[in-house]
Amino acid sequence: MVGLHKSDFKNPVVRWIDERLPIPSLLQKEYAQFPTPKNFNYFWNFGALAMVCLVVMIVTGIFLAMHYTPHTAHAFDSVERIMRDVNYGWLIRYIHMNGASMFFIVVYIHIFRGLYYGSYKAPRELLWILGVVILLLMMATAFMGYVLPWGQMSFWGATVITNLFSAIPVVGDDIVVWLWGGFSVDNPTLNRFFSLHYLLPFLIVGVVFLHVVALHITGSNNPLGIEPKGPQDTIPFHPYYTIKDSFGLVVFLIVFAFFVFFAPNYLGHPDNYIEANPLVTPAHIVPEWYFLPFYAILRAVPDKLGGVVLMFGSIFVLFVLPWLDTSPVRSMKFRPLARPFFWVFVLSCLLLGYCGAMPPEGIWVVLSRVGTAYYFLYFLVILPVLGKLERPLPLPVSISERVLGGGPVPAAAAAKPMEKA
Amino acid sequence: MRRLRLVALAASLLLAAPAARAAGEAPKPPPQDWSFGGLFGTFDRASAQRGFLVYKQVCAGCHAMKQLAYRNLEGIGLSQAEIRAIAAEYMIMDGPNDDGEMFERPGRPSDRFRSPFPNVQAARAANNGAYPVDLSLIIKARPDGANYIHALLTGYRDEPPAGVEPMEGMHYNAYFPGHWIAMARPLHDDQVEYPDGTPATTEQMARDVTTFLAWAAEPELEQRRAMGVRVILFLIVLAGLTYGVKRKIWAELKH
Repeated sequence: MVGLHKSDFKNPVVRWIDERLPIPSLLQKEYAQFPTPKNFNYFWNFGALAMVCLVVMIVTGIFLAMHYTPHTAHAFDSVERIMRDVNYGWLIRYIHMNGASMFFIVVYIHIFRGLYYGSYKAPRELLWILGVVILLLMMATAFMGYVLPWGQMSFWGATVITNLFSAIPVVGDDIVVWLWGGFSVDNPTLNRFFSLHYLLPFLIVGVVFLHVVALHITGSNNPLGIEPKGPQDTIPFHPYYTIKDSFGLVVFLIVFAFFVFFAPNYLGHPDNYIEANPLVTPAHIVPEWYFLPFYAILRAVPDKLGGVVLMFGSIFVLFVLPWLDTSPVRSMKFRPLARPFFWVFVLSCLLLGYCGAMPPEGIWVVLSRVGTAYYFLYFLVILPVLGKLERPLPLPVSISERVLGGGPVPAAAAAKPMEKA
Repeated sequence: MRRLRLVALAASLLLAAPAARAAGEAPKPPPQDWSFGGLFGTFDRASAQRGFLVYKQVCAGCHAMKQLAYRNLEGIGLSQAEIRAIAAEYMIMDGPNDDGEMFERPGRPSDRFRSPFPNVQAARAANNGAYPVDLSLIIKARPDGANYIHALLTGYRDEPPAGVEPMEGMHYNAYFPGHWIAMARPLHDDQVEYPDGTPATTEQMARDVTTFLAWAAEPELEQRRAMGVRVILFLIVLAGLTYGVKRKIWAELKH
């Protein structure tokens, strides 16, 4: 079949392009008309916010790379040169530095949103799995990015984390030497981390594209967790959600700007303003805040290999979550028995984050173990068993019926006057 | 603004509280009232200039500040002529010249602060094995940096508290982690003569040099905060407008 695409566009130039390369049609279909459940709450902003974060990180990162020198003898000074001598270099770097934290805050909220409203359940399993892949890529990117300024925490964080691979039986030590490109974290390590730190974000862009494609096949989940029954349940993405996302974005940018302009180093660690010194170990080596829960899991296990396995397991368990959760009901709104377990899960993650920043001794070890135990218990026991045991509340017939008040209005919907229920 | 602050702080408190605590060990430095403190503070130029004098006459004997150039001193209000004069006080190693020789010449505003020692080994050799750290970033490189440096400089005790064994070649400091610091008490009353007539007490010099070091660590601070106020005010207005448009668009929606 050869022939021009049938275009509906009036503008002759757009039409000419659209007939030959129907990207305008695609955008029209997927971003303007795209039928979207009409009952989103503001938690559905966070996917778009994550996309904005990714773009901000890539753009600022490209400009930083123009001035950064990936060499152990120059990296620290080149970052300071960016801070002091490059025009608005401090702004670009602080946006990039705090942007990483903002990206993780946004993505973590996005993930917990998915956990609460059951967005990972059929038919959205692959959409969820692609999301977990993005999370893994983000973690690798953030970790390597943190090494680049070549401060004390950069160096010692890199040393600790790369050393984890030595826990692999038989080949572990060889793998670590291979990762380092030498016998310690040194210039070859910094060089390859810079190269990969520049590469991985573009892989993230690729997986985000797949994530969005998968989303546009299944359509979005929604706070009720029931599929739209027809056109009366959906609204076009534009203008309704473009404007709602825009408002969320501006609010998010206010928080972002507060950190960049008024507390740029609040989320960082002072030791990273000391140049890396292989001969001086910091008193406490702590990763960036977004890794603290995983760091706590790592240290909760007395055995090194066991700790590494559990730490990676805490992410990998997310891959099989769609099959672990046996409940056919998506939204926690209709799962009164599961809901408290979910909130305890959120608390256990926060507890793990707190423990991760504490020295691994005394009460913190105990609490780390409690948090770790609950983390895995939630996925491996509670969710599989609850699905069989609980009696969910009756689901509404359709989104419209619920929104129009053809039954008891759910608390969250009642609290949102702007929805014009 | 205050509400914004509260919300932002509350949101981040949970996350970052542990990081702040991880520093531990030494007593918490008493919080001081800094000209550059808070969300909108600016550097007290007179204090920073006095602080530069303290650095130049006291600290610079051992501590380098390699991230700073003499031209940067414009940031604490020194004039071009003053900066040229200060730079010219130092002989800077340059070269090689056309004969392949290194040579010394008077400093220029574009030169970095001359380091007291040519390398780390020389610095250690001259200081009993201890390395006097570079001070360019010291305020950012220590938890609660400004308060800590001020407390450290004023925290020397002639005698360790009862029951603590003196350490050979070390000095007792109430605020240094582990208390025993290789650096001898650097500031003594009237060690520096301030041209503006300010009495050079230890406390005054510690305050001034900390102000100078805070500026050195974050020379962009004032520009950053001024820009931040404008950016956030703009975003608040934009948020209001966007919310209005959102309300209007959704109001037209027939359920």
